[in-house]
Amino acid sequence: MKNLLHLFRSFTLLELLRGMRLTGKRLTTKKFTVQYPEEKTPQSPRFRGLHALRRYPSGEERCIGCKLCEAVCPALAITIDTEEREDGSRRTTRYDIDLFKCVYCGFCEESCPVDAIVETRIFEYSFFERGTQIMTKDMLLDVGLKHEEQIAADRLAESAYR
Amino acid sequence: MLNWWNNLVSFVPPDILKTIYLAVMIGVFILTIFVAVMYVTYAERKVIGYMQVRIGPNRVGPRGIGQPIADALKLLFKEMILPQDADRFLFRIAPMLSMIPALAAWAVIPFAENWNFSNINAGLLYILAMTSLGVYGVIIAGWASNSKYALLGALRSAAQIVAYEIAMGFALVGVLMASGSLNLGEIVLAQQGNIFNWYWLPLLPLFLTYLISGVAETNRAPFDVVEGESEIVAGFHVEYSGMGFALFFLAEYANIILISALTALLFLGGWLSPLEGLGPLFPAHLFHLPYIGALLASGPHWFIAKTCFFIFCFLWFRATFPRYRYDQIMRLGWKILLPITLIWIFVEGVLLYFEVAPWFD
Repeated sequence: MKNLLHLFRSFTLLELLRGMRLTGKRLTTKKFTVQYPEEKTPQSPRFRGLHALRRYPSGEERCIGCKLCEAVCPALAITIDTEEREDGSRRTTRYDIDLFKCVYCGFCEESCPVDAIVETRIFEYSFFERGTQIMTKDMLLDVGLKHEEQIAADRLAESAYR
Repeated sequence: MLNWWNNLVSFVPPDILKTIYLAVMIGVFILTIFVAVMYVTYAERKVIGYMQVRIGPNRVGPRGIGQPIADALKLLFKEMILPQDADRFLFRIAPMLSMIPALAAWAVIPFAENWNFSNINAGLLYILAMTSLGVYGVIIAGWASNSKYALLGALRSAAQIVAYEIAMGFALVGVLMASGSLNLGEIVLAQQGNIFNWYWLPLLPLFLTYLISGVAETNRAPFDVVEGESEIVAGFHVEYSGMGFALFFLAEYANIILISALTALLFLGGWLSPLEGLGPLFPAHLFHLPYIGALLASGPHWFIAKTCFFIFCFLWFRATFPRYRYDQIMRLGWKILLPITLIWIFVEGVLLYFEVAPWFD
């Protein structure tokens, strides 16, 4: 009986036709493709893209050179040198992130006690020459300055969960 | 205008003139086939994309309509690499060998009554010969490349085509038993009547066998073990690049169009209109209306529509079915399709002997 059923199924091509019906239906369904440069997928406020160093509204840089981010970085992408400033506070003299090493895990952001190093929503960037992938302190501060509004809004949106 | 033209060519002997006309027509026709092939590749990417809930190519021109032209230009400008240990002569002629039969077979395909290049009585045999010749291109390409993957692909292709050629041949035997002719035009005319008189119904098992063998013959999914990307890289054309690869690609799609056209001719009444002979539903005076009548009545447009339907089926199969394992392909060909055709030829013989109406009277 089971064999007969199998024979019936294979010789009427029922299973093949069922498969074709499925693909045939998909022919007319709405397509999911996002037309990238024109359309973009929505981003979460937790998006982890290019890094930035922030400043306080007074203009004072947030980073106190505690090196927690350097210690926690799993890819060893962060290099920090610190020095005592004239007013006695500790500040970084060098803050480099090698973006080829970085895996965008967000640990640096999480470990930072003063919210100085953050990851922004920027993800469309590229490097055309060797060496330019290393973000220096000045470059990171520039990114922070340029996108402070967005960064602050994202931190605020997520503040309840931190 | 015509008079002026006749005066211009009057000094050319009529025989030579006829040959020139024929050559020009063949040239135009081959160009049409090439364009059709290009747009079948476009259709394939679009249809499969849509079935996978994607959009497919849409960047070159509106809706990606220029994509096949861009592809062709890209391949034209690429270097044709000749492997060091390849047989230089065979390596170069193999793509041509697979392309030429695919085009040559079109000589006997009738687009409408007497609309073909040569109306020979052994048309079906000629077609069978030409589609079988195509495999030499594949085998020679596999051998000349001097690469293990290419050779494996060629061997698979040889075995597969031998297996399915037989089932295909027997399916054709059924058709010529019913029509009593090897001439493709007469085979179509023998199907006259209405849509239920076409051979797809009385010869349904042969029709399906022919379609399946046709897919196998063109090495298309789900029978594409000859290329088998996941097993043998790209099979017989691994070593080809640039124009050589493009020719194999063109040959594959030209074969798809050819097999679709043949299926339409042999089993779906070629240029016959499906609306004719339905009695009161479509009364005869409808076909004498201006413009609309010509569209409803039999004509080459129906043949092209049917061919397009089968081409669409080829793409549909590719989007739906996973690739067969090699031994399964052999089993299907020898142990299932071949016995089915033999049995149905016997049944058909009995039906013919007793002249069962409406098909075999």
